[in-house]
Amino acid sequence: MADKPKVAFYWCASCGGCEEAVVDLEEQILKVVDAVDIVLWPVAMDFKRRDIEAMPDQSIAVAFINGGVRMSEQEEWVHMLRRKSQLVVAFGACAHLGGIPGLANLNNRQQVFDTVYQNVPSQDNQAHTVPGEHSKANGHALELPRFWDEVKALHQVIDVDYYLPGCAPPPKLIWGAIEAILTGTLPPKGAVLSPNKACCDDCPRKDSKPDKIELTEIKRPATHIADPELCFMAQGFVCMGPATRSGCGNPCIDGNMPCRGCMGPMDDVFDQGAKFLSAFASILAPKTEAEIDKLLDQIPDPTGTFYRFSLPTSLLHRRHTGATV
Amino acid sequence: MATTAFEPRIVAFFCNWCTYTASDLAGTARLAYEPNAPVIRVMCSGRVDPQFVLKALQEGADGVLVGGCHPGDCHYQEGNYKALRRFRLLKRVLTQFGVDDARVRLEWISASEGDRVQHVINEMTDQLRKLGPWHARS
Repeated sequence: MADKPKVAFYWCASCGGCEEAVVDLEEQILKVVDAVDIVLWPVAMDFKRRDIEAMPDQSIAVAFINGGVRMSEQEEWVHMLRRKSQLVVAFGACAHLGGIPGLANLNNRQQVFDTVYQNVPSQDNQAHTVPGEHSKANGHALELPRFWDEVKALHQVIDVDYYLPGCAPPPKLIWGAIEAILTGTLPPKGAVLSPNKACCDDCPRKDSKPDKIELTEIKRPATHIADPELCFMAQGFVCMGPATRSGCGNPCIDGNMPCRGCMGPMDDVFDQGAKFLSAFASILAPKTEAEIDKLLDQIPDPTGTFYRFSLPTSLLHRRHTGATV
Repeated sequence: MATTAFEPRIVAFFCNWCTYTASDLAGTARLAYEPNAPVIRVMCSGRVDPQFVLKALQEGADGVLVGGCHPGDCHYQEGNYKALRRFRLLKRVLTQFGVDDARVRLEWISASEGDRVQHVINEMTDQLRKLGPWHARS
């Protein structure tokens, strides 16, 4: 028992879907539990911060950390887990790229607070109460973590050994990673544990892609139902497949939804959104500025669409405004 | 007494066939212009990956200038149309990232328009001097 490798799961700014992905291992999770000791898993088991603090450094074999990092408490946790662990795996799109919470990087802390605690129609906050780091209640001094101006991916805060991509990572990749760890067959440090080729390469609709595409209309899943057989790009949908890593098993395509890019870019790409933008703009038909602009008006939020999962790890990381940078 | 005035750094991507040749012409014609825009020669404006523009801004450039052949004149037939479409879409993204409009510019300058190179670089340098430095975080 004492000889089994110790494994920790932790969550930061995330939705809980990555925890679900671990459970989606189904019966294989029993093999995991046979092979390792889980020493931390807040969603499922009762361990406290002090339990981890009491462990010697490097005593955890591997920590799987999901979620982006956006609060001081998350920063403290991941630094501690880095100290206590031999390997750290960024688990899922938010830890890998910043993820959906990273879209908040188009705003800052003040704007997020104004929206969430003041301006949303369902909010009734006449006292203008917002979370403060220090407050007093019934004579007790209370402390809350600091909420940052921006969301960061895990490797922007601590050293990361491997990345398991996806929203959430597919069970097949998770199991592959666990096997590689247990058998000592991991690739070189820094690898993304999924094949380094584009989603289009594995796409069941690949053969329906024409040699040349010239779009005169851009469609959205909200406004058009896609043909269930044809290449999404050829139909005019924004499909992130060309700029997204494969390995997901195409569940979105099988559900007749275009790729949204959660697996992140391939190894040689600095900026997934820019790479997709480049590919997509090249298949539009118009040649004059006015016609191009008219067509582009059909993409209401290009940054949110092309950087849906990768804004904090894009080259510019976040919105920059002259006064506050 | 005077502090050093801010001098913008502009990264210029010029296509081999038109705008780069025009900047050569400006040189042989002894047209003086601001030294703020070192030129990177690419074979076509369609070669300018949007990542190049973002990378320049991330690495500390205050502006990026892309120069290509006039519509219809592309050496490779279609490259400048691709550049235009990428540029129009990239501008929308840059606006969301908070990048001022004047910092990223696309210009069609033919091989005979050396004076246009002079004018565009002078004008852009002047605009960015007024706008101030771009503080992208690394």
